[in-house]
Amino acid sequence: MKNRFLISVASGKGGTGKTTIATNLAFIAAEKGLNVSYLDCDVEEPNGHIFLKPKIENISAATIPVPVVDESKCIACGKCRDICQYSAIILLGKTILTFPNLCHGCGGCTLVCPTGAITEAGRELGIVECGIAGKVRFVHGRLNIGEAISPPLIREVKKHIPSDGVAIIDSPPGTSCPVIQSVRGSDYVILVTEPTPFGLNDLKLAVEMLRVLDLPFGVVINRSDIGDASVLDYCESACIDVLLEIPDDRRIAEAYSRGQLATQVLPEYAEVFASLLKDVFDARL
Amino acid sequence: MKIAITAKEPSLESEVDQRFGRAKYFVVVDTDTNEIEIYDNEINLNAVQGAGIQSAQNVARFNVEAVLTGHVGPNSYRTLSAAGIAVFTGVAGIVNEAISMFKSGKLKPVNAADVEGHWFI
Repeated sequence: MKNRFLISVASGKGGTGKTTIATNLAFIAAEKGLNVSYLDCDVEEPNGHIFLKPKIENISAATIPVPVVDESKCIACGKCRDICQYSAIILLGKTILTFPNLCHGCGGCTLVCPTGAITEAGRELGIVECGIAGKVRFVHGRLNIGEAISPPLIREVKKHIPSDGVAIIDSPPGTSCPVIQSVRGSDYVILVTEPTPFGLNDLKLAVEMLRVLDLPFGVVINRSDIGDASVLDYCESACIDVLLEIPDDRRIAEAYSRGQLATQVLPEYAEVFASLLKDVFDARL
Repeated sequence: MKIAITAKEPSLESEVDQRFGRAKYFVVVDTDTNEIEIYDNEINLNAVQGAGIQSAQNVARFNVEAVLTGHVGPNSYRTLSAAGIAVFTGVAGIVNEAISMFKSGKLKPVNAADVEGHWFI
């Protein structure tokens, strides 16, 4: 039996409260004496550090391998062009062109080149920062400005998941490649939503995604007293566990606006998140 | 010689599509014989990335020597030049008129992209 429990916090819709849930859950789990890591995989705009306030101890560059072509060895066979799904390497007549900013770093072109004309050079996508936030091990990725490809950086962040303890992943929003890269391999996924038509629509997309990935999940409804009952009705009809409903409490918003954890400044929410943590652990069994 | 014009409709009477990579159609004309071929570019219109590069590779396969369009981005321009295709930007109006302008030598080729990538109207 493995000693690690990997929880991802995700949502179809942005701005529902993923970071609020993920950071408070990490804090409470550490308060309970668990060995906790928090990994912010929302590398396009990581914000968990605002609340956990880590002391960064290590910074490393995250690179992907991009092709460099030795034209003297190239025989213009076109195999590299044919395998590339992203038009990052093309052949026009006898001229090879590469577009490093479109390359996803799969290494396919290097593998199929029959003459060894392609070697790889690292291209920096962003950085991974590791540190400690109180009792929580902290890791996040920061994608360079203007960069369009985040999954390889998310992969680098996830290499820091320890082999034991509780690891909490703060996922980017949506249902596209960066989200799949973030939540893949999780033991449990918490989907955060809000009780609005937008929240419901995007929740359904996220549920579809998790069902394809075959990952167990439950739903947290944030600001549960705004909007309508459609999210609750949907969860009931689709047999989805609603783990927690958090009211639209101005004090949470105020704490958030000051960069504070609700669980740290509002004792009743420490209990709420402790019970969420327990429910997630119970759901695993 | 053969030239390609970006078009919003599959016809000589169409408006010139201002986008190259995500143009709806390419009208390819042989300026010597006036023979016309029309290519649907829908697959690149909806591409996630690399639309300009793909479109430029396709245009190169049509064996054209010039492209007439509204704007080209850096990836399109690089690919078209590597293929030895002359690029004419700033072309607007009706495809037929653009061809006449080209034939009468009123258009001048450019030597750089005129917009950033992902440019759109």
